[in-house]
Amino acid sequence: MLPSDLKAEQFSGYQPRSRKLVIAHLRTLQELPLSFVPSLLREVIDYDFKFPAERTSIDQELATLSSLAPAQLKEWFQAFSLLSLSPKLEKLDWINQPAQFVEQLSAYLWTTHQLDAFRDAAIAYGNRSRIAASPEPIVMRRLGIAVIGQGVVSYDAPLFRNLREHGTYFKQIKPENGVELLLAAVETRAKAHPVAYGHWYVDGGRAADHSSLLSCVSFQKLEPVRAALLKNIQTEIGKPGMGPEELRTHMARLSPTDLGIDKAGDEVLERFEVKLLTEGSGTQIFSTTFAQWAAREVLRRAQPLTLFVRFAPRQRQRPMNDLMSGSGGNPEFDLTGSLIDADMGAYYQWIIQRRLPGSEQSSFLVWFEGHSQALVIAPSLPRGIESNSILDLGELVSLAAG
Amino acid sequence: MTASSSFSKGIPARYELARDLGRSRRDFLRSTAGLALGTALMSGSPFVHGEVAAKKRKVIVITFGGGARDQETFAPEGQENIPHMLHDLAPQSSFFTQVMNQGILGHYVATASLATGVYETLNNFSAVPPEHPTVFEYFRKDLNRPPSSTWVVAPSNGFNRIGESDYRSYGPGLGAKVILPKHLLSAATSGAVTDYSHLLRDNYETPLYTPQIGGGEFELQQMERVLKLSVDDFMAHARTISSPDELSMYITKRLMQQESPSLLWVTMHDIDVAHTGAYSLYIEAIRRTDRLCAELWKSVQADPEYAGNTTMFILPDFGRDADEDAGGNGFQHHRTGDAASRTTWMMALGAGVRQGMVYDRPLQSIDLVPTLGALMGFSPKLSQGVPIHELL
Repeated sequence: MLPSDLKAEQFSGYQPRSRKLVIAHLRTLQELPLSFVPSLLREVIDYDFKFPAERTSIDQELATLSSLAPAQLKEWFQAFSLLSLSPKLEKLDWINQPAQFVEQLSAYLWTTHQLDAFRDAAIAYGNRSRIAASPEPIVMRRLGIAVIGQGVVSYDAPLFRNLREHGTYFKQIKPENGVELLLAAVETRAKAHPVAYGHWYVDGGRAADHSSLLSCVSFQKLEPVRAALLKNIQTEIGKPGMGPEELRTHMARLSPTDLGIDKAGDEVLERFEVKLLTEGSGTQIFSTTFAQWAAREVLRRAQPLTLFVRFAPRQRQRPMNDLMSGSGGNPEFDLTGSLIDADMGAYYQWIIQRRLPGSEQSSFLVWFEGHSQALVIAPSLPRGIESNSILDLGELVSLAAG
Repeated sequence: MTASSSFSKGIPARYELARDLGRSRRDFLRSTAGLALGTALMSGSPFVHGEVAAKKRKVIVITFGGGARDQETFAPEGQENIPHMLHDLAPQSSFFTQVMNQGILGHYVATASLATGVYETLNNFSAVPPEHPTVFEYFRKDLNRPPSSTWVVAPSNGFNRIGESDYRSYGPGLGAKVILPKHLLSAATSGAVTDYSHLLRDNYETPLYTPQIGGGEFELQQMERVLKLSVDDFMAHARTISSPDELSMYITKRLMQQESPSLLWVTMHDIDVAHTGAYSLYIEAIRRTDRLCAELWKSVQADPEYAGNTTMFILPDFGRDADEDAGGNGFQHHRTGDAASRTTWMMALGAGVRQGMVYDRPLQSIDLVPTLGALMGFSPKLSQGVPIHELL
């Protein structure tokens, strides 16, 4: 089936708000090429469970597309229309299973050497769409915080190397009560601007006490879900015909209830947590990967005003079968390796934060937990220099938030 | 997020990025390793054809495996991770700064493409042979070489079919023998792998999918007949090493001693641990691979069958995604098809290679097979690459 054949009744399986949205823009969708529409539906189908920022983004994108004249629409999507798709792809149920379609489309584009053309088309579309969207100004300057190196007694190699040129490196920070002071600053921001899913706390270990105004995910809290997922995977791997791609498709379909989460909680947050584990690679076994990927997804999806990420030690590398089975009793931790992982993770957090609207006014702080080294990137602070200022973490975060 | 927000704004054209990556490697090598910039116009082949009898010429190809990026290898900030290649091997080598892989960026399919000289489109996760004849088949058929003349040492399950295609007029019986060290270990331990499980890490490309490692009578026979290695000796040595690639290198050296293959292909894989998202493990694996490459070159120099008549090629199968590409997650994967994931490098050293040269014109990874054909005297008729004239 092609998008031109779309009818409203074909979306009966969608949730109420996503169905309403699709039907409101059905005429536009009918004009778009098959190489594009399922990617859009993949987002729309989960509309009812998305964060407010994501809904706004989808609303804006559909509104923009519907506002285009036929000639403009043709021009915007010409590159997508030139891609050659197989009849097999056309026969897939891309209305109800858009994610699976996109996965198969990706494999097909690789195989037929059309991936680069698709990528170029997507970049051009993304740039056009972004310009047309003109995001609303954010209510406060965005702040990202990364705390790395928990448990490391000493580390001689330089830290924050990728970030140094972008900010001020502080060498004499007073580490006492650092986590508490940073969390207090985050909570103050949440109280000042209590936006739904606007202020986040990600912990790679056990979350410290924190305000209920913060949306929180932690590796430790999700331990039962991780265990249920790994057990589910082990069962699936043993089934005939199962391969890496089939396993991925299976995982993408898992819901919170499949992994033992009851429906009493915050369904939007729970679905987000499940996706961290089912879509992330390594998030199920390494806490540093979990924290980095969670930070990435929080920024990408929720576009928070505040994101506080505290990395924790990950278990040492062992054979994947052991890591997945959870055998071996209490795992041994790799403290130095975790610091190196987290140092890179903090860099990625900053890169992704920079992609969000208002990035030129946003700030970022990274601190080596328990130690005197920190780095701040803020519009008010010079770049590529070192500072001997003696500050505690509360003072430092005030300086960052400016 | 929709397609509109999946890509970062203002990404320069792919080829500009590839060129910049190559330039950064070149500048770095020139300043650090004191290498000279080569040009396509340089005349006078370093190969004195006939000096090394064709029958004695040997080639070793190492895929610097599991996809390594510029910034963790030959870019200035990566230098600390490759001290052996930088200081020991690069000065002896011709270094190509821009090797583009325009094919599918999965390890098995990309390695198969390197070996056939055609961008293969096989399913990366299936144990299927390449569609086109491999370099091993061209070599053996054209030069009438015996099965023992070419071997592949490969890391994981999927690679057991890489030795030969199912192409009509080539195919079964004309390819390379493939040895999978992990399967040897599995066979030697009869499945009781407690002390050796760290050597059986497999399939990082989808870290959650961990199929059983095979290994049985066939592998035990390989060990005894080919490697002349007792199970006890093999296991005793395995106890002393720390990673699957170290195990592969041990088997490679043993093969060189026992079989002296003329065309030896070693696929490294430890680096692909990056898929778990642990940067420190990725870096650790690059440092290990760097050391193993240098160790193999030392073994070549120490072996009378190889010293003086061996050309060694080291190249990653491809790179990994750039930090800045919004479609990926940086070093963790190689899924975006961006310039960083498609652009890599190649080092050639040994017999007939101009030493201390850097070439920054773009090459294709499929150019390797026709180059090997030109060096060794066979005709890779179906390869779609072109010989690298700087090496001829």
